[in-house]
Amino acid sequence: MKSRTLVRHVKEGGKNLIRNGWMTFASISAVTVMLLVVGAFLLLIMNVNHFATSLEEDVEVRVFIDLIATEENQDELYSQIESIEGVDSIQFVPKDEGLDSLIASLGEQGDIFETLRDENPLNDVFVVQAENPAETEILANEIVDLPYVDTVEYGRDIFEQLFAATDFVRNVGLALILGLMFTAMFLIANTIKLTIIARKREIQIMKLVGATNGFIRWPFFVEGLLLGVLGAIIPIVILSYSYRSFYGSMGEQTGLDFFTFLTPNPILMQMTGLLLAIGAFVGVWGSMMSVRKFLKI
Amino acid sequence: MISMKEVWKKYPNGVMAVNGIDIEIEKGEFVYVVGPSGAGKSTFIKLMYREEKPTRGDILIGGKNLAKIKERQIPLIRRNMGVIFQDFKLLPSLSVYENVAFAMEVIEESKANIRRRVMNVLEIVGLKNKARFYPHEISGGEQQRVSIARAIVNNPSVLIADEPTGNLDPDTSWEIMNILEDINNRGTTIVMATHNKEIVNTIRKRVIAIEGGRIVRDEAKGDYGYEK
Ligand SMILES: Nc1ncnc2c1ncn2[C@@H]1O[C@H](COP(=O)(O)OP(=O)(O)OP(=O)(O)O)[C@@H](O)[C@H]1O
Ligand SMILES: [Mg+2]
Repeated sequence: MKSRTLVRHVKEGGKNLIRNGWMTFASISAVTVMLLVVGAFLLLIMNVNHFATSLEEDVEVRVFIDLIATEENQDELYSQIESIEGVDSIQFVPKDEGLDSLIASLGEQGDIFETLRDENPLNDVFVVQAENPAETEILANEIVDLPYVDTVEYGRDIFEQLFAATDFVRNVGLALILGLMFTAMFLIANTIKLTIIARKREIQIMKLVGATNGFIRWPFFVEGLLLGVLGAIIPIVILSYSYRSFYGSMGEQTGLDFFTFLTPNPILMQMTGLLLAIGAFVGVWGSMMSVRKFLKI
Repeated sequence: MISMKEVWKKYPNGVMAVNGIDIEIEKGEFVYVVGPSGAGKSTFIKLMYREEKPTRGDILIGGKNLAKIKERQIPLIRRNMGVIFQDFKLLPSLSVYENVAFAMEVIEESKANIRRRVMNVLEIVGLKNKARFYPHEISGGEQQRVSIARAIVNNPSVLIADEPTGNLDPDTSWEIMNILEDINNRGTTIVMATHNKEIVNTIRKRVIAIEGGRIVRDEAKGDYGYEK
């Protein structure tokens, strides 16, 4: 296609948008409402994801090694754990280090434990991370049966419940987003179809003078794109503003110290990009669907 | 130029509109297609610019078989022919100039070429001074002249017309015929379906009479042959 033809198509698409006044308004409103909800869910899902990831990083199995284990025994245990499927990493924490962090975590009161330095009662520990955090329990059960393992520790039920909850939010959010996208797509397709019926004769004439389907489709493509992008503007502005003021008033605090809200940057940028993309996709798709059956002449 | 071989057309509702037509039309010919209402003239015409696809048979135009071409090639075929309709089929939102220019925009001609050529054909049809008018601002005869200008603007080798004077008064009809004869004299093949007895009997050309979807008469310099 020559560039002057592209310019023509863009102009035509814009003209159609203006010419269809109320229909354009109706389509843009449909996209706006859809993207407001979709955008809100996107922000929620991104935060939940962030929550889940920070949670997942915390999920580890602490393997307390039997006090009687010699260094060779420990090496043997290490390679046994290593050979278990699904193990991501193993970190050795000698008992001295364990004591250090215990003392540090207790602050001033911790100083009394300094006296234990010589006869350290703590175990040496392997900190094992699972490739898939959801399989931490299975991993722990396998490790506990190995020789020279005293006990294993890991966050049990609480994590499982949280995983289930975050998965639920993610799935419901995605289903909702998809459902809304299709609804908006059909709304747009229908409004544009109404405007096309009025232009049916026009399309027929274009085809009779030798216009290709592509030539006829292009202005509709532009029109759909503009509808989608224009419909995305209000949701982007509202959601960005709301999230910023929400974040400003809450700070990162959520009440749970291992969970923080995502900072407005970069997720608002990501949301803006996604809403523009979804709006454009929905607009173009709806427009293309409605023009299709008028091209058969 | 145009050749139909054993062409049949059955509409989806079962009507047999064209029943085994064989015809050869040479380059530069002027052909009238006559016959009673419902005889199949419009169907015959529509087959030529592939608005309808033949149920059976071959239609060769400029070396291409319209019965076999792919959907995608139809626009390319149409660019090599001009079509004129009884109801003009102008785009109401475009000016006279834009209506004609549109047929050139479709084939991505340059602005300069379009301007030169459009003014040229508007001169041929005598509408140079109404280029900025809109279809609703000009008379029926003038609208038909615009549609002729649009049909010839890309220098087609064939001009196909379905009752081009059907909606026009006698004087205006003669004007249109003069323009068409002019175009024919420049070498363009013309096929024209018509009910206009006077025109056919005055401007003598080849006459093809269709009845019941068959060619019942084919005469060089023939006459209309029906009462009305
Ligand atoms: N799109 C269509 N679908 C079904 N039948 C059709 C269609 N177009 C035409 N016909 C039928 O085919 C037959 C021929 O119609 P056609 O329009 O070709 O006649 P015509 O000779 O042009 O008539 P007129 O002089 O009145 O214009 C008629 O019986 C008509 O009813
Ligand atoms: Mg007819």
